[in-house]
Amino acid sequence: MRVVVDLTRCQGYAQCAFLAPEVFHMVGDEALMFDPAPDDSLRKQVLRAAAACPVQALQVDMSISPRREAPPAGTASPKTEELKRNGRIVIVGASLAGLRAAEMLRSEGFTGTLTMVGDEPHDPYDRPPLSKQVQTGWVTSADTALPRRCDVDAEWRLGTAATGLDRQRNVVQLADGAELEFDRVLISTGVRARPWPVAHEAELDGVFTLRTREDAAGLREKLMAKPRRVLVIGAGFTGSEMASVCVELGVPVTVAQSGPVPLYGALGAVIGRISAEIMRERGVDLRNDTRVTSLEGDGGRLRRAHLSDGTVLDVDVAVVALGGIRNVEWLQGSGLAVGEWGLACDTGCRAFDANALVTDDVFVAGDVARQRQPMFNYQYVTLEHWSNSVTQAEVAAHNMISAESDRWPHLAVPAFWSLQFGNNIKSVGAPPIADQIAVTQGSVADRRFIAAYGYHGRVVGAVSFNLGRRLDYYAGLIEQAAPFPLGPELTNSADDPSAVPAEFPERTFPGYDATVVVTGQDPSERRATLVHATLARRNR
Amino acid sequence: MSAPSIFDRVLDFANRADPYPLYRQLREQPVRREADGTFVVSTYREVQALLHDPRFSNDRRKLASEYAGKIPPDEASGGSFIRTDPPEHDRLRRIVTRQFGPPHRPTRIADLEPDLERIVTALIDGFADRHQVDIVADLAYPFPVAVICDLLGVPAEDEPRFREWVDPIVDSISQLTPDRVAKRDSATRDLGAYLNGLAEQRRRNPGPDMLSGLVTDDGPEGRLDDQQLISGLMLLLVAGHETTVNLIANGTLTLLRHPQWLERLRQDPESSIRVVEELLRYEPSVQFLPDRTCVADIEIAGMTVPKGAPLTLMLAAANRDPAHVRDPDVFDPDRDDNEHLGFGSATHYCFGAPLARLEAQIALTQIAQRLADLRLVEDPPPYRPSPVLRGPIHLPVTYDKVKPVEITG
Repeated sequence: MRVVVDLTRCQGYAQCAFLAPEVFHMVGDEALMFDPAPDDSLRKQVLRAAAACPVQALQVDMSISPRREAPPAGTASPKTEELKRNGRIVIVGASLAGLRAAEMLRSEGFTGTLTMVGDEPHDPYDRPPLSKQVQTGWVTSADTALPRRCDVDAEWRLGTAATGLDRQRNVVQLADGAELEFDRVLISTGVRARPWPVAHEAELDGVFTLRTREDAAGLREKLMAKPRRVLVIGAGFTGSEMASVCVELGVPVTVAQSGPVPLYGALGAVIGRISAEIMRERGVDLRNDTRVTSLEGDGGRLRRAHLSDGTVLDVDVAVVALGGIRNVEWLQGSGLAVGEWGLACDTGCRAFDANALVTDDVFVAGDVARQRQPMFNYQYVTLEHWSNSVTQAEVAAHNMISAESDRWPHLAVPAFWSLQFGNNIKSVGAPPIADQIAVTQGSVADRRFIAAYGYHGRVVGAVSFNLGRRLDYYAGLIEQAAPFPLGPELTNSADDPSAVPAEFPERTFPGYDATVVVTGQDPSERRATLVHATLARRNR
Repeated sequence: MSAPSIFDRVLDFANRADPYPLYRQLREQPVRREADGTFVVSTYREVQALLHDPRFSNDRRKLASEYAGKIPPDEASGGSFIRTDPPEHDRLRRIVTRQFGPPHRPTRIADLEPDLERIVTALIDGFADRHQVDIVADLAYPFPVAVICDLLGVPAEDEPRFREWVDPIVDSISQLTPDRVAKRDSATRDLGAYLNGLAEQRRRNPGPDMLSGLVTDDGPEGRLDDQQLISGLMLLLVAGHETTVNLIANGTLTLLRHPQWLERLRQDPESSIRVVEELLRYEPSVQFLPDRTCVADIEIAGMTVPKGAPLTLMLAAANRDPAHVRDPDVFDPDRDDNEHLGFGSATHYCFGAPLARLEAQIALTQIAQRLADLRLVEDPPPYRPSPVLRGPIHLPVTYDKVKPVEITG
C-alpha cells in the first residue's frame, strides 16, 4: 500500500509512530519519517495510524470513503453542469499537484474525460523522501509513489512532454505529435533542478542534481560506495538536508555556498547562523561565501573540486543544490503571462494572459503558479512548498468545474518544513520580507525555539526548531497582521525576546509596475499590448 | 441567588446522562463568564485556538490570587506534568515518554496488542456461565487496570487495592465537598506511600516495566525527582485507566444505541478503528478541562479573558460544533477528516492516547463479535458523579451466549 504524510500539517503527536512503528519513525522530539510503501501485511496498523492522526495528515490509498450523497445541486448553470458531466479536462504535469487536482475533480463529481500528461515515465510520486529516507536507505526511490485517495479514472500520457498550448483551438500539443483538445486545462509542470552551469563538468560521473527518482537512485548508489568526500554546492534546504544525510551515513561532507550562512534566503542570517553552528557541531565542513570554481574529473569521473577560497578538495560526489528552473518553455507562444518566474494567475488559480486578462479555461497550480501573495506585500510569487501545491491544486480543480459564485480563493498562509541533523524546522508566513526577527519562545541553546519575523511592525512569519506544535498560534498572528514584536507574557518565553535585524538578502521581487508584475518578466520585455485608448475609439 | 447558568446545569448530576443539549446552548455564545469569574469556552475554533495559544496555561500557580482560593486544591495529578507549562512540562514529559514510546521505545505500545487481546479474551470467556454482566465492572474496568499495572510494573495482586484509592480521587475532580476532599487526600496519601515503596523496590531490583525504567534509566535529561515521580505515576494510574473505562463503557452504550454499527463491527473488525475515533469525538471520556488560566489578557470571540482568570474548555461541546463538523449529533464513524478534541490538543495532548485507542478497539470488537444478541438493560444507565470524566458507573447488558474468539489473522 502507499502512504504519504502532509508534514506541513503534522504537529509531531507521534500517534502513527506508536501504532505502526514499522512504518512511521520519530526523529528527535517531533520530526516524522515514514515508509511510503509499507507491506500490505501492515494494513491494519497503517489504518490505525491514519485514523489516529490528530490533524489528519496521513493519506493512504483509497482512504476517502465514497461520498454517500450527491454534492448539493446548487445553482450551477446548465453550462457548468454539462462541463462537469461531459467536459474534457487535461492536466499537464503528473506530479503532486496534478494528482491532487485529478482526485479533487473526481471527488467533486466530475465525470467527463480526464487526461494526465507527464514528461517523467512514472506514476505521480513524492519528492521530499528522495533527499531523506531514500538516501539513508530506508526506502528505495521506486517506493515513493503517491497514494491514490480515489480512482481518478484518467487516461495517462506518461513519458510524454507537452510541447505547446494552442489557445485558439484549446489544444495541448505533445512531444509525440498528438494533440489533446480540452475544455479546461491545468498547468502543473513544476520545476526541474538547476544543473551545474558548466556542461562538461556537469556530465562527470559523480555530479548530481536531486529532483527525480533517477537522480536519487544514482546518488544513493554513490553514497553507498564509500566516497572519500561529498561536496554539496548550495546551502538552501536541499543542500542542508543532503549534508545531514551524509553525516548520518558517516560520509565526510563539505558544503560550499556563496551566501554568508545556510538557509540565508529562506530564513535570514539570524537563523542561518544557528543552522551553521548545528552543521559544524555535526562535523560538516561548511564554507560560506565560497564558490565552487570548477569540478575536475579523471577518466570521466569526478575527482576534485576547486573552490574560490583557493582550496582543492578530493571529492567523489558533488550534489548541485542551486534551486530549480520552472518548466514553462513549452508555453512560449501561448500568449500567457509566463516566463522564468512562472505563470501568473489570479487568486482562483486562473492563468493571466500577457495582457493581464484572466483566462476562463487555463488554470495553474504548484511550483509554476505565480500568484499574488498577501503575505508578500501582494507581490506575485511562486511558492515551491509541498502544501502550497496541494492547496492550489484543490482550489484550481474545484474552480475548473464550479460556477462563478461557487469558486474558492487560494489564500493560505505559506508553510514549509525541513528535517536536518535531527531538527524539525518549520516555518509559516513570509519570513523573507521581514526586517526584524525576535526569538519569542524556548531556547536557542537547546535547539527548541520559535522566532517571529516582523515587517513594519507587523508579524509576517515565524520559524520553529523542534517546537512545531506551537506554530499554529503564529499563523493566526500572521493572518491578523498582529503587532510585532509580541507581548512578553508567554509561557516558555525566551530569555531575550528583543527584536533584531532579520538580515535577509536584498529582495529580488519583480518590480511594482503593473505590466511587469502581471506579465512576470523583465521591464525591457514589455509584452502587454497597451491598446485601451484606440480600442475605446474603435468601439465608439 | 440567581438562576443557575447553563454551565451550572452541566455540573448538575441530573443532566449527566445527556449534557449535549446544554452544550448546544453554551455554543450560542462561544465564551461565557460565569458568576464566579470562570470563563467557559465551548466552540471548536476558540477551544483549539486557546490550546495552541502560548498565553494559555495549565499551571495553577498562574491563577490570580482572588481565584486561587476558590479553585480546588491540587488533585492527585497536581504536581505532575499535566499541571505544568513548557518548558518544564516538555522536559518532564520527554523523560516519561522515554519509557513509553517513540523515539526511544518505539514498539512498546504496539507490542502490547497480543497481551491486550489475551486479557479481553479471558475476561469475556468468564462471562460464559451468565446471561447478564456489568460492562463497567466486569470488563471496562478490570481490562485497562490490568494493562496499566502491567505496564508500570504494579504486581497483579495489588490491583484490587486501586479502586479504593482511585475512585475517591476521580470523584473529587471538579465536584468538591469537604467530605470528598478528605477522602481524596487520604487516598492520595496511601497511594503515594504504596508507589514510593514500589519505586524503592524497583530501584534495587529493576524489571522490564516503565517504573523500573523511570528509576534506573538516565536519559539525556536525567531523572524525575521523587515528588515528580510519584505525581507522574499517579497521573498515569488515574488517567491511564479511568478514561479508558469510560471510553469502553461509553462505546458499548453508543453501539447498542446504534445497532447498525454494532452489526458492522461484527462483520468487519477493522471498522473498530473508525468507531473508536468517532466515539472520541461523539462521547469523549474527558468532557472538559477545568481550571486552566492565561498568563496575559487574551481577546477571544469578542471577549477579553483577563490574565489569571480561570478558564474551562468544553472539549465535548467543541467536538459537536456544527461550524467544525457536519451533522455533529450523528454518530458516523465513516466521516472523513475526523479531527476532534477527544484527547485534547497541543502541548497536553493525551499521553496515553495510543494505548487507549488500542484498548478500546480491541474491547469493543470482542464485545460485538462474541456476545450474541447483546441488549441494554436500562437506558440511560446510571452515571458516575464527575461531569469531567463522564461515563456510566454501571452498564448492565444481557446476551444469549458467549461465542469463541474468531481467529482473524
